[in-house]
Amino acid sequence: MNIISKALIVTAALGLAACSTNPDRFGAAGSGAGGVGAAGLGSVSDPNSPAYFNEAIGDRVLFQVDQSTLTDESRETLRQQAVWLMNNGDYTAIVEGHADEQGTREYNLALGARRASAVQDFLVTQGVAPNRLRTVSYGKERPLAVCSDESCYQQNRRAVTVIAAGGVS
Amino acid sequence: MTHILRILLAVMLAAAAPMVSAQERGPLRIEITEGVIEPLPFAIPAFEAETPNAAQYAQDITRVVAADLTGTGLFREIAPSSFVSNVTSFAAPVAYPDWRAINAQALVTGAVSVAGDGRLIVKFRLFDVFAGQPLGEGLQFVGEPASWRRMAHKVADQVYARITGEGGYFDSRVVFVAESGPKDARVKRLAIMDYDGANMQSLTDGGSIVLAPRISRDGQRILYTSYETGFPAIYEMTVSNLQRTRLPVPTENMTFAPRYSPDGSTVIYSLTEGGNTDIYALDTRSGGIRRLTNAPSIETAPSFSPDSSQIVFESDRSGTQQLYVMPAAGGEATRISFGQGRYGTPVWSPRGDLIAFTKQNAGRFHIGVMRTDGSEERLLTASFLDEGPTWSPNGRVIMFARETAGAGGAPALFSVDISGRNLRRVPTDGSASDPAWSPLLP
Repeated sequence: MNIISKALIVTAALGLAACSTNPDRFGAAGSGAGGVGAAGLGSVSDPNSPAYFNEAIGDRVLFQVDQSTLTDESRETLRQQAVWLMNNGDYTAIVEGHADEQGTREYNLALGARRASAVQDFLVTQGVAPNRLRTVSYGKERPLAVCSDESCYQQNRRAVTVIAAGGVS
Repeated sequence: MTHILRILLAVMLAAAAPMVSAQERGPLRIEITEGVIEPLPFAIPAFEAETPNAAQYAQDITRVVAADLTGTGLFREIAPSSFVSNVTSFAAPVAYPDWRAINAQALVTGAVSVAGDGRLIVKFRLFDVFAGQPLGEGLQFVGEPASWRRMAHKVADQVYARITGEGGYFDSRVVFVAESGPKDARVKRLAIMDYDGANMQSLTDGGSIVLAPRISRDGQRILYTSYETGFPAIYEMTVSNLQRTRLPVPTENMTFAPRYSPDGSTVIYSLTEGGNTDIYALDTRSGGIRRLTNAPSIETAPSFSPDSSQIVFESDRSGTQQLYVMPAAGGEATRISFGQGRYGTPVWSPRGDLIAFTKQNAGRFHIGVMRTDGSEERLLTASFLDEGPTWSPNGRVIMFARETAGAGGAPALFSVDISGRNLRRVPTDGSASDPAWSPLLP
């Protein structure tokens, strides 16, 4: 009756699952943007310090859901950021754009880029040289606040101006 | 009579296909389908160990074949404890009345041996019990013992294909992002596993954020986005040796959302310039780059049709995220999504008939499918956050990531069939997101 009449030889294809993983393969490249270390922040009482920029002026602006429009409050913060940057020409900045978790991954990456770009464009209109600014988007990958309601989401829909010493890489 | 078995399954699968006949539906008709069907009962006695050293393999392979079949939701295994008789020898004639007595409609028998050269030999037969005859010829697979799971999946694919008349999906792999750590400092590693969660292997070390891997049709190459320079860029990895190279696209811009063309020769992706994201195509042979969209809105998440003639993508050019289809070379795009809410991450089915997507509406996320012209939209799932569908090789099942809410929220992989039935968690070692299902392995 049923002779086994057809044989599929799959030996070659079956050798597939044997590769090993080297956990150090890619080194320890950081996932965050470059910024000055904590030791380089200076004192918040020194108006020319990154600490003053981060805390007295404010290093971030927030956005409405799905928007990249700068509010009046954001513009005021960014005007002061621009003044600081123009007074402290040794520093450059990376503007990081972020989104809350209420969105798909790819769209949030693009939305974060739009927010970072809105900040960059405004800083440039205020007189900051474009070559001192760079943007990067993290989408929804790096939330600051971890709850799943608007109180957290509004903190996460942000663009953060990260001060760095030296040139933009 | 063989017919009856096949027709029964065809009916079951038809429940999974868009149901238009009952009443003519406009393209805005939306429903969450919850078909309930009776799975087909089958018996799978433990495969015979033809050599003493094959006993464990025989037992394990039998369980994997059974798990593959029951995991589809189309089949129900009859407990061996209710068998009237057992199959003592693979070569012995089948006692059909004994299997009819327990209402087994299909019977799978098998035998496993270890050959003199150390290779594993797996044989199986499938019987239509009520017709009293075999369904197809016996078949045997030969492979390395370490690949016993693949051989079991190949047996199950054959059984599935013979009974449903469609290709199977068990001998396939899934590349995904394995996640660990707290929500505000998540560690993400590229990883790959069998479709059922077995044989998981990490491909990157977690030192950089990695996103949305895609696997080539031959299962040998993976495209993904990595922040390893601190800036998102697309990389391609060869699975066999973990060698990876940066995609030859402009490095001063952020690039992401890559996907292969069906023949693997083209990579479509998104590039952001001055805050504006558009879609581009890289010819991997010539290195030539072509811009496919040119709009001030966000254009991203492109996916080729299986015949390579069209690309579906998402855009917010209308004000919110919606789905559009354009010719593969770019040009005028047609909007296909018109329901309530926002639509993203479209993926063309390998069968060509449907597009799967993520939908956001009224604070909930859904995985859904629609025909390629946007008609007959059906939502298959609903949760706090469902995202990123990927198709099974036969276009019958969708895998996606579901993330739970709150500070302790974490993603896991789920699968669901295109009728919305058989929602199942895909087992992974730890949290997981961004699945991409390979075609059937060669």
